[in-house]
Amino acid sequence: MSSDVVNTKRAKRQTAGPYGKVGNAINELDERLGVAKGGRTFMDKIFPDHWSFMLGEIALYSFVVLVITGIFLTLYYIPSTDLVTYHGSYLPLDGQRVTEAFSSSVNLSFAVRGGLLMRQMHHWACDIFVGSIVVHMARIFFTGAFRKPRELNWTIGTTLLILAIVNGFLGYSLPDDLVSGTGIRIAYSIILSIPLVGSYLGFWVFGGNFPGTTVIPRFYILHVLIVPLIIIGLVGAHLFLLVRQKHTQFPGKGRTEKNVVGTPMFPVFMAKTTGFLFVVSGVIALLGAFAQINPIWQFGPYTASRISYAVQPDWYMGFLDGALRIWPSWSFHSFGYTIPFEVLIPAVLLPGLLFNIAYVWPAIERRFTKDNALHNLLDRPSDRPKHTAAGVATLALLGMLFIASSTDVIANFFRLPLNEVLWAMRILVIISPFVAYPITWKICKEVQALHGGGKRKTANVVTRTALGEYVATPAPKYVDDEHQELDATPVPRFIVEGDEPESSGVRVADR
Amino acid sequence: MSDHDELRTPVSLQGIAADDPHLAPAAHNPQIVERVIAVTFVLGLLLVAGFGACYWVNAKPWTLGATMGGGLTFLGIGLIAWGKYLMPRGPFVEERHELANSEDDRNALAAAIVERGGGVVKRRKMLAGLLGGGLGIFGVVAMFPLLRSLGPLPKGTLFSTDWKKGTYLVDITGRRVHQGDLAIGSIVTVYPAGLENTDRGQAVDQTVLIRISNENFTTQKGRETWGPAGYLAYSKLCTHLGCPVGLYEQELQLLVCPCHQSMFDVTNGAVPQFGPAPRPLPQLPLYIDADGYLRSQDGYDQPVGPGFWERGASLS
Ligand code: HEM
Ligand code: FES
Repeated sequence: MSSDVVNTKRAKRQTAGPYGKVGNAINELDERLGVAKGGRTFMDKIFPDHWSFMLGEIALYSFVVLVITGIFLTLYYIPSTDLVTYHGSYLPLDGQRVTEAFSSSVNLSFAVRGGLLMRQMHHWACDIFVGSIVVHMARIFFTGAFRKPRELNWTIGTTLLILAIVNGFLGYSLPDDLVSGTGIRIAYSIILSIPLVGSYLGFWVFGGNFPGTTVIPRFYILHVLIVPLIIIGLVGAHLFLLVRQKHTQFPGKGRTEKNVVGTPMFPVFMAKTTGFLFVVSGVIALLGAFAQINPIWQFGPYTASRISYAVQPDWYMGFLDGALRIWPSWSFHSFGYTIPFEVLIPAVLLPGLLFNIAYVWPAIERRFTKDNALHNLLDRPSDRPKHTAAGVATLALLGMLFIASSTDVIANFFRLPLNEVLWAMRILVIISPFVAYPITWKICKEVQALHGGGKRKTANVVTRTALGEYVATPAPKYVDDEHQELDATPVPRFIVEGDEPESSGVRVADR
Repeated sequence: MSDHDELRTPVSLQGIAADDPHLAPAAHNPQIVERVIAVTFVLGLLLVAGFGACYWVNAKPWTLGATMGGGLTFLGIGLIAWGKYLMPRGPFVEERHELANSEDDRNALAAAIVERGGGVVKRRKMLAGLLGGGLGIFGVVAMFPLLRSLGPLPKGTLFSTDWKKGTYLVDITGRRVHQGDLAIGSIVTVYPAGLENTDRGQAVDQTVLIRISNENFTTQKGRETWGPAGYLAYSKLCTHLGCPVGLYEQELQLLVCPCHQSMFDVTNGAVPQFGPAPRPLPQLPLYIDADGYLRSQDGYDQPVGPGFWERGASLS
């Protein structure tokens, strides 16, 4: 073999193939690991060009920002509730007895160069992370991308959303300020409300009755190590499945159930997505620079007997807070036992139910549509009115619960009696899904009825024959009109099993 | 097919010719695009360098974020434009290979598991049972110390506070509250003497003391002696989720919880008037001793704070 005799630089250069150093590196690697074929396939992997595919990327890149800024924060943050006397550069707090967790977070904001920016970027990245996961999930739902064969990735994604929310709550708690401390107190009471085991669970999580001394160190290790590791593992699995099953795509010119049309991994997608990573981090840095978030020094340290008036959790907890506010005070006492339904239902059973429905949704839908076929082409939301209406109804419910978390703010702002605002929100929460469902359904039907909606009209070309006759012939279609492939015949309440799309990407519908 | 049409038709990258028009840049005018991208890159480069400079001279925090954020955004926009306009225009197509294998392949796998593996277990049912039992027991036993060591058992902790017969009411500085201390309509948070600066004193025993008149005040039947000289003491832990009930509406004589706006009627045994709290705030019976100091007649007659399973219906 030639490689046995190559030992001078010159000889190496001479034996180099047409692809130079890169070629050599590939040779060496391939002899050991067999990377050539798979590598080329990977370079040629096709990514569909549609803006909605960027939502998951926002989630991924804000997580990258979270990890980088988070590592910076760990270098200065001290997860301890030992009391120290604050003598830092923020004078209004000078001389106060505060926990080390709080004092180190304040120092991080004022004494560490770049520390305030890192804290604010970390917090903004968290809010964007959770937000982009939610929007990403909505696009998967409304376009039907969760259907067979992708149910497992839907399940992983739902778990990631839960973990992101949980980790956000844990991180929010770490600075031990007055606002987040109140949040921990509420979380403890929610755990207490669980029948039978609540008090045991509460004592085990907190290492005793609230506040205990272990909760900050425990939340810390969960927040910086355990939950992020699980998130990283699941993100890896999520992306692996994505590559293995390939992307879905919207129907269109040349697109079928059996192919993917778009841009290749290398170099086009690589350039665009790396650029996008920079833009996402850049925007987060700009937010961190110009939009103050979580000014813990203004809230002051947590003391169990004090409370700030602006008790508001991060936005992704809003729907729970809203539910707790509007749920009536029905408690159950009997046989010497208490079931605090006023907490259990809105704060435990409601989110439990919502997330469980999300988990089993693909199965529910398969049951109702009896559609067991593989789906690689996406639906337009209007194609499936009932499905879309169910999604919008759920979002309406969540949105109303979110608004209900500011009943007091609304009452103050509009100078309305709190009681009226509360009742208005109760009614809105209950009726909003029932209003949203039929409206959405109707809109979907209307959109379907717009035959050729989004399609360019073809002109008639009028010519005069030699005999002076006028003849109108349809002009040739626009050659680059992608929409012409999208026949707007209303699609399917469900798609018949085994039906193959025609090569144009138009699906055959059974009505 | 016209040229244009052909261009719009996706091609595969496998074995594509080097001069295939799909590999040409998407921009009609690459030179101009290149110049624009160069400008964004220069701006980005200057800004990230500025970030270094701002850090070096310890400039204001917002300048750090502005330079870094602006720089990354410009570099990112330039790179996206490079990919979008100066790289192969496509569109390209990739075939989707069916993931599912043939039925024979599936049966072969199933056979390996069911026949080869399952057979081994079936023939040695006892061994499998013993191993499974051992692992199961280990699992349970391992869970036990793990869970059990996380914290103590609740026992009676949730039922009691540190208020006893004769406990002095003190404020956060540890000063005893004297009969003449509060004007009518004023309010102070009190703790059992000696516990004002402890976690337990603050988290569990915290109590609001309100003076609503000069006369002895009865908030409910059976509590005739609890409010000497118009002093009323209620647990400060909201019965909804345990937030400190930190607001006093003087005119309406309501205690308000800022968390979810539960409102408790001070004059009527702190029965909730509004909001999600299910129970009144427990009232602490007071007396004024011979020296004029406020003390508790006894502890609370029920658990304070939010509800829990063992709390007991009879107590509420
Ligand atoms: C899974 C994604 C994550 C989310 C959603 C998240 C969210 C948060 C939030 C909301 C805060 C409060 C920030 C503040 O305003 O002070 C926080 C703090 C913190 N996070 Fe994260 N984080 C995540 C990942 C990480 C990672 C990977 C690390 C480190 C390896 C980390 C380290 C920290 C530290 C040390 C703090 C305390 C900072 C302070 O007190 O100012 N986080 N996190
Ligand atoms: S904690 Fe007081 S109303 Fe919810």
